[in-house]
Amino acid sequence: MKKFSALSILAEGLTGNKGWKPHWNSVEPKNQYEVVIIGGGGHGLATAYYLAKNHNINNIAVLERNWIGSGNTGRNTTIVRSNYLLNESSRIYEHSLKLWEGLSKELNYNVMFSQRGVLNLAHSLQEIRDSKRRVFANKLNKIDAEWLDSIDVKKYCKIINTSKESRYPVLGATLQKRAGTARHDAVAWGYARGASNLGVDICENCEVIGLKVEKNKIVSINTTKGDIKVKKLGIVVAGHGSVLAQMAGFKLPLETHTLQALVSEPIKPILDCVVMSNAVHVYVSQSDKGELVIGAGIDSINSYQQKGNFSIISGQMGSLLELFPIFSKLKMLRTWGGIVDVSPDASPIIGETPIEGIFFNGGWGTGGFKATPGSGWVFAHTIANNHPHNLAEPFSLNRFYKGILIDEHGAAAVAH
Amino acid sequence: MLVIKCPFCGERDESEFHYGGEADISRPKEPSKLNDREWGDYLFMRKNTKGLFSEIWYHSSGCRRWFRVDRNTTTNDITRVFEINK
Ligand SMILES: Cc1cc2nc3c(=O)[nH]c(=O)nc-3n(C[C@H](O)[C@H](O)[C@H](O)COP(=O)(O)OP(=O)(O)OC[C@H]3O[C@@H](n4cnc5c(N)ncnc54)[C@H](O)[C@@H]3O)c2cc1C
Ligand SMILES: [Zn+2]
Repeated sequence: MKKFSALSILAEGLTGNKGWKPHWNSVEPKNQYEVVIIGGGGHGLATAYYLAKNHNINNIAVLERNWIGSGNTGRNTTIVRSNYLLNESSRIYEHSLKLWEGLSKELNYNVMFSQRGVLNLAHSLQEIRDSKRRVFANKLNKIDAEWLDSIDVKKYCKIINTSKESRYPVLGATLQKRAGTARHDAVAWGYARGASNLGVDICENCEVIGLKVEKNKIVSINTTKGDIKVKKLGIVVAGHGSVLAQMAGFKLPLETHTLQALVSEPIKPILDCVVMSNAVHVYVSQSDKGELVIGAGIDSINSYQQKGNFSIISGQMGSLLELFPIFSKLKMLRTWGGIVDVSPDASPIIGETPIEGIFFNGGWGTGGFKATPGSGWVFAHTIANNHPHNLAEPFSLNRFYKGILIDEHGAAAVAH
Repeated sequence: MLVIKCPFCGERDESEFHYGGEADISRPKEPSKLNDREWGDYLFMRKNTKGLFSEIWYHSSGCRRWFRVDRNTTTNDITRVFEINK
């Protein structure tokens, strides 16, 4: 595949851009693989990439029922940060953030990772205490973190309303300067291209409809494009985890909910950082195209619909205007939803399953985009070695039977 | 927004209700006899059905009673609303 460089772009520009080829080969599945990854989102593609790259496995397929990145990867609001409270979470998210820092180079693909800084606002005395505690915990884990009082918040983000008169005044914020955003599609495309380059078969429009398990061991996969024999299987399907687990005959502690987001009409650059508030529940950043990208919380009901309830959006608009009265005349352009797999402790589930040869990676819920490189890295290691990577070990499915939950719910500043 | 027909009050907007999740999760009769696996299953494991799903709802801003709903999680169509234990 053609390498991107200043020279190749210049040369193509001068010759009418006629030499570009598809970035990856979308192929029909063969009838046998050593490893099959179900789910062509960022996590599945990253897993395949690192299986080939780090573990020298060269007989791999990724099966995606729609097109690459059509799930949550291409629908998320792209906030990337690692300032989680608990040791287990901060380690895996920080590992991921470090990979983000070199990702465009690693993939020879511009994922537009922009370390523009993320503010997590505090609106009450308790939130100030919790936020400072998180800053201290981050520092102990060697993760960059700062506490800003409301004057410094205003200096860092000039358009935010820090008036004492507001209903939930901004009393301060944590700041992670290395945090930021990335281009979601580019992450899926970059990993797909990288994996395809290393010989991974990328099969789009190929839905898994059944799993054949014999003597508690995976044997083959039934897809809309025929049966595939397989030695090892990785399930990385976000909101559809429970559906796949049911096909294999094991249980998961997940619930699937719609998570919505929306963008405004594009405007000139006005917001150069990411602002998140847990208490009033909204978060916002500005895309390179100029649109404000706005999100909030999940719809309460279990749902596999990629559209949600208007009341959620109207709530988050109220919160947005409280924080940024300057946005009051903006028009909203598009809204959409993704289906996220929420786990009881808001932490992912990575590792072995009760079925031999089947590995699971899911439960990332509303916040897994930031984990894409790290999740692929540790999951590839887990599949290749039949043993969890040390960063993944605390996130085993077994923790729900042993009572060792990783309760990031509320511990993290906001869910994303 | 869903419109839900409370069996006690009739049709109301979803915002009057609270969602209770999967139906038929009953507290173990003899909790002290459960092993870790059984506790884990009871507390955490969920069907999370794609399709027709049995769930419970609470009319928190109305009659404040719990009731059951059968709803399709891919279409949001509600096919049945009825009193618990009926
Ligand atoms: C609106 C929204 C905003 C978000 N904001 C953020 C954020 O700011 N920061 C952050 O870190 N995270 C965020 N997230 C969460 C993040 O998007 C996800 O955690 C992450 O993208 C999950 O990646 P994935 O590859 O596991 O899933 P996906 O990208 O959903 O990929 C799973 C794939 O599996 C496929 N699949 C499902 N069933 C089958 C089958 N039977 N056969 C074959 N293929 C199948 C699907 O089609 C899908 O493409 C947000 C999510 C949403 C919806
Ligand atoms: Zn009622």
